[in-house]
Amino acid sequence: MAPSTGTYLIRGAAVLGGEPADLLIRDGIIAERGAGLSDDGATVIDAAGLVALPGMVDVHTHLREPGREDAETVETGTRAAALGGYTAVHAMANSTPVADTAGVVEQVYSLGKAAGWVDVRPVGAVTVGLAGEQLAELGAMADSRARVRMFSDDGICVHDPVLMRRALEYVKAFDGVVAQHAQEPRLTAGAQMNEGEVSAVLGLAGWPAVAEESIIARDVLLAQHVGSRLHVCHVSTAGSVEIIRWAKQRGINVTAEVTPHHLLLTDELVRSYDPVYKVNPPLRTDADVQALRAGLADGTIDVVGTDHAPHPSEHKECEWAQAAMGMTGLETALSVVQHTMIETGLMTWADFARVTSAAPAAIGRLADQGRPLEAGEPANIVLVDPAARWTVDPFRMATMGRNSPFKGRELPGKVVATFYLGHPTVLDGELNTPHPSAAQPAGAA
Amino acid sequence: MKHLLSTQDLSRANAIRILDTAEEMSAVGDREVKKLPALRGRTVVNLFFEDSTRTRISFEAAAKRLSADVINFAAKGSSVSKGESLKDTAQTLSAMGADAVVIRHWASGAPHRLAATDWIDAGVINAGDGTHEHPTQALLDAFTMRRHWAKLAGTESEGANLKGMRVAIAGDVLHSRVARSNVWLLRTLGAEVTLVAPPTLLPVGVEKWPCAVSYNLDDTLAQGVDAMMMLRVQGERMNASYFPSTREYSRRWGFDDNRLRTLDRLGMKDTIIMHPGPMNRGLEISAAAADSPRSTVLAQVRNGVSVRMAALYLLLSGDTREPATTPVLATAGTTPSTKEAN
Repeated sequence: MAPSTGTYLIRGAAVLGGEPADLLIRDGIIAERGAGLSDDGATVIDAAGLVALPGMVDVHTHLREPGREDAETVETGTRAAALGGYTAVHAMANSTPVADTAGVVEQVYSLGKAAGWVDVRPVGAVTVGLAGEQLAELGAMADSRARVRMFSDDGICVHDPVLMRRALEYVKAFDGVVAQHAQEPRLTAGAQMNEGEVSAVLGLAGWPAVAEESIIARDVLLAQHVGSRLHVCHVSTAGSVEIIRWAKQRGINVTAEVTPHHLLLTDELVRSYDPVYKVNPPLRTDADVQALRAGLADGTIDVVGTDHAPHPSEHKECEWAQAAMGMTGLETALSVVQHTMIETGLMTWADFARVTSAAPAAIGRLADQGRPLEAGEPANIVLVDPAARWTVDPFRMATMGRNSPFKGRELPGKVVATFYLGHPTVLDGELNTPHPSAAQPAGAA
Repeated sequence: MKHLLSTQDLSRANAIRILDTAEEMSAVGDREVKKLPALRGRTVVNLFFEDSTRTRISFEAAAKRLSADVINFAAKGSSVSKGESLKDTAQTLSAMGADAVVIRHWASGAPHRLAATDWIDAGVINAGDGTHEHPTQALLDAFTMRRHWAKLAGTESEGANLKGMRVAIAGDVLHSRVARSNVWLLRTLGAEVTLVAPPTLLPVGVEKWPCAVSYNLDDTLAQGVDAMMMLRVQGERMNASYFPSTREYSRRWGFDDNRLRTLDRLGMKDTIIMHPGPMNRGLEISAAAADSPRSTVLAQVRNGVSVRMAALYLLLSGDTREPATTPVLATAGTTPSTKEAN
C-alpha cells in the first residue's frame, strides 16, 4: 500500500471537457465524483474553467539514463513529464548500456521509483545491443521487477524479417508487444531529411517515405501471419496511415503512434539548416501532416507518443549533417495536440484522453493508468487550462534538452496540476513534490 | 550584400551587378600591375573543410589582387569526434578579426549556419557546400556565357542577361552543387536550361525545378544548344548502382567525339562546351571536346578570379545599393575607367 498522499478536492473541473464535477482524491484513488462534494479535511483546488483529464501516458520517451546523463536523467526527464501532464512514461531502450537485460531495466525502473514524478516503465531492447542479430532475453525482462511488456530497438529498425518474426512470436508468451522503428536501412543510408522537393533543393540526402512504408507493410503481414501484437512507432507518412488503416480493416492486431511534431511541422523548416528540426523519422510534407491528423482523429493511429529526445547543445550547434536527430517533446505535447487536433475541431478532449492516456496504457499493459475519472479508480489526473496561451522557451523547461522545435511559438493550453496516484506532482503550473513513495526504500513502493 | 550563400536567393539585379563588377575586375587582370588597393587592411579567411586547390587558389588570387590579407585555414578534422567544431572554428576566426570567410564544406548548409548564428559576424561566401550550392562557380559560368552571348549579339556584356540562351547541363545532377547553383542563376538571367542525366542521378523532386529534364543527350543536342556544360562524374557512383559501368555512362551521357561532330553536322558552329573542372577525360568528356576551340574550360578558370574579386569587393565594401552602374573602383583609391582599361 502506498503511503498517505493526502486528501484533495478538485472543485468544478470539466471532466474530459464535459460538465463540471468535483473529484475527491483520497489515499491515491478517486474517492468520489459528484457535485457539491464536502471539502471536509481536503485541500481544495478551484478548477473552474479547467479540464480534467486522465494522467497522460507516453509510449515513447528517451530518458538517456544510464549512459548519457549529460543529455537527460531519469530525474530531469520525469520532472519534465510531470510538468507536461504525464503520469507514466515508457523509457526507450537505447541507453548505454542498452536496456537489453533484466539488470538494466530494473535499474531504470528503480531510478523512476526513486524519482517519484511519474511511473517509469522501461522498454526492453528486442535484440542484444540493438545490433539486430540476436534476441535479447525478453522473457527475463518481462519477469523482472520492471515487468517489461513493450520491446523495441527504437532508433534502429529490426530489419531482418526472420528476427522480426521471431520477436513477434516470442513475446506472445508474456503478452508483450514489439514496437517497431520502421526504417528500411539500405534505403536510408546517410539520410538527412525527407526525400522530396525540399531535399532536392537543399542537397541533403533523402529519407524516402517508402523506407518507412515498406517495413510497416511487411510487419503488419508478419503480425497477421503469426497472430501477434505489433506497435508502430512514430508513423510519419500518409502512405503509412493508409497501410495501417488497411491492416486494421483486415483485423490485424496493430497499433500506431504519431508524435506531436509530425502533427505540426513540415520539412519546409529544414530550409534554415537549423538542426533543431533534424529528427528521425524526418519532418515530412504538409500532405503527410494532414493525413496523420486525419488518421489520429479516425482511430487509425491509436496514440500520441512524444519521442522526447533530449540532446546536449553541442550535438545541435553544428552542421546539419553532424547534428544528432531528435527533439524534446514532453512539455509541449499537450499544447501541440490541443493546437493541431482540438482547436481544429478534429478531436474532443475525450478523444484526447483516449489517444494520450487510455490507449497508450492499454498498449503498455499498465493496469492503473489510463483509467476513467470515476470513483474507485487510481487518481492519475491532469488539470488543464485550455484558454491559456504561452510562448515556448526551451530554457525554462525541466528537461535538460534545449532542442525544442517549437521554440518561440505561441501555443494553447497549460498544465495546471498533475496528480500521480493521488499526489500532486505539479500544482499551480509548477513542480510540487515527488510522490511520497519515492522516499520509501527501493522496492517498498 | 552581407553574404553570398546561394544563387537561389540572388535577385536578377544583384546577379547582374556582380557580373558587371567582375567585368571591371577582369580589366585589372589585363594590366601590368594586377593589383588594386580596394581591400587593403581587410582580412579574408579561406576556410576549407574539404580539399579543393582550384577553388582555394582562385579565391586567394582574387583577395590578393584586391590587397586583402589572406589566411588559409585547412580544417582537416571535419567531424565533431575528431576535431574542433564549426562553432569553435568560427569563433576563433572571429576573434582573429576576419572580415570575410570563404567557406568550402562537405556538409550542405554549413555556410548558412555560419551566416545565421552569432558565432561570427563576418561576411560569408559559400565556396561550395556539400551537394547544395556553389554560387561563385555558377557566377563564373554565367559570366563566361554572357560574354559569349553578348559577343554573338554584337553588344557589350555589361548590363546584359542571358535571355534566350539554350543551356544544357549533363551529368551527375543529384550530387552536383554546380548544377543546382547554375539552374537557379541561369534561370534568373533568362536562359533556358535543360538537365540531362540518367534518372538515377536526378534528385526526386527535380520536376519542380525551373528547367527541362532529359534522359537523352542526343535528343537534347538535336533540339539545339548554345552552351553545353558537362559535370564531373565520379566512377565510384558505379559501385552504388547509379549506372552499370563507366563505359555505358560515357556512351549514353558523355560528350564524346561523335557528339562533338554532331554539333558541326547540325550547324551549331557557335555552341560552347563548358566544364567546371576537374575533368575526367574519356568519361564525361572526350579529350577532343575538352581541347576543341569550343571549349571554355580555361576561360572559366580565368573568369573565376574576376567573379570572386567582385564577390569579395561587394561583400566587404558594405555597399548594399542595387544599381549595376556604380563606379565600384572609385572608392579603391585609383580611378581607372573601365572603358579605358579595356
